[in-house]
Amino acid sequence: MAGGMDLLGLMKDYIVSPDRIVSIKGLDQTIAGADSGIRIGAATKIADLADNVLVRKMYPALATAAESVGTPQIRNMGTVGGNIMQRPRCWYFRNEEFNCLKKGGSRCFAVEGENQFHAIFGDGPCHIVHPSSLAVPVIAYGGKFRVAGPNGSRDIDAGEFFQMPNTNLYGESVLQPNEIVTHVILPAPGQRSAGYEVRFKQSHDWPLAAASVNLVMSGQTVKSARLVMGAVAPVPWRSQAAERVLAGKTITEAIAVEAANAALASAKPMSGNAYKIRVAKTAVKRAVLRAAGVAWS
Amino acid sequence: MEEKDVSRRDFFKTVGVGSIATAVVAGVREGEAAQGPAAIGPGDAPVTLTINGRRHQLQVEPRVTLLDAMRTRLDITGPKRVCDRGACGACTVIIEGRTYYSCSMLAVEAQGKNIRTVDGLSQGSTLHPVQQAFCDHDGLMCGFCTPGFVMATVALLEKTPNPTPDQAKKALDGNLCRCGTNIGVLKAALSAKGVARG
Repeated sequence: MAGGMDLLGLMKDYIVSPDRIVSIKGLDQTIAGADSGIRIGAATKIADLADNVLVRKMYPALATAAESVGTPQIRNMGTVGGNIMQRPRCWYFRNEEFNCLKKGGSRCFAVEGENQFHAIFGDGPCHIVHPSSLAVPVIAYGGKFRVAGPNGSRDIDAGEFFQMPNTNLYGESVLQPNEIVTHVILPAPGQRSAGYEVRFKQSHDWPLAAASVNLVMSGQTVKSARLVMGAVAPVPWRSQAAERVLAGKTITEAIAVEAANAALASAKPMSGNAYKIRVAKTAVKRAVLRAAGVAWS
Repeated sequence: MEEKDVSRRDFFKTVGVGSIATAVVAGVREGEAAQGPAAIGPGDAPVTLTINGRRHQLQVEPRVTLLDAMRTRLDITGPKRVCDRGACGACTVIIEGRTYYSCSMLAVEAQGKNIRTVDGLSQGSTLHPVQQAFCDHDGLMCGFCTPGFVMATVALLEKTPNPTPDQAKKALDGNLCRCGTNIGVLKAALSAKGVARG
């Protein structure tokens, strides 16, 4: 346990009952430049990440995500590693009374139940959205997670780290029980990048949809793009279709809309969350325009 | 550095170094190995808390939160237990200049830190300027959220003595008032600026 924001909540709700808790507060909590990129210790408080000058200057999408996590008190307590590894916020998963699929039960209650905040991508069988706001920009920036385990330390591409429920129903990532995330490592960012989150509440909440975009530019033209959406799927959801739309273009509002449409083209909403397609389109459009420095209408 | 000479705490302090990362996890798996601090609990463990400048020694299970330790063992009842899930802010305390939800922190982990609660703000019958500002600007109705709001405001003003309305809103948005006195709270936060004392 580092910050404990997620673990104590899970324990109080009787979702987990660990026999023993090991303090990992001593993990690295520094942010340092490394190989033209940056290395962030997993025990870095989210508030410190949001305030870091280097992060704000080089990785605005990460700063945007960090400064809007939870509340000031949560950002003071919660850590970067904890944000990445937090368990889903699905209200069936978090409710002791529902023995849902993810907890070893036989059904996902969101399918026929209340699913207004659930996934619009993925074929189940569990329909959570991934709860980490920070993971979205980390993947957009092509970052890695440094993981320590019994056989030493290894770096895992952030884009390969999270797993869909049809691969790993009871967890959300490739991390094994005897492993721990020690660092987030980001390479140099593209010349332009930004994030945008659409929220129901401005505080105390997770975004309805989020997008981070990282653009490698050649003058005013996008050479290559990486675009990742958050809160729309059981993992941070990268859209290569949208990336292809952006590549080779000069960013205008029309191009941003085209990218947003491409990003959401294959979305499959549930009974109560079709509205999230529009919301996610807005997040993509505004992230792209914010990155390019173009005002939106 | 020989592995047997390293305490588990040392392992964690230096876990950023790749070469000893293995030892960290080995330390975890060995659990109650002889080295390092012994595991505590599940029964009562001795805990020393420094709250509003006073040291308190008590025996609590390691799973007890700072909030429950203060309220049920030490009779420090300023911080309120409302949601108990880090979602309302009524239990807000200040530790080393930052606000925390005391419901979401274990008492054992709050040791060695200077914990400040609303109980320690007034001097005798003289209210702290922030408390006075809440009275002057109707910053409360039922009053249950008030201790948390007052502490969040104190932390804000100690860091940013003259906040803009946007800064104040952002700093106080980890606290909820269900009576809807937020306008009064904001007025209090802005009018008390520059007069808060440490």
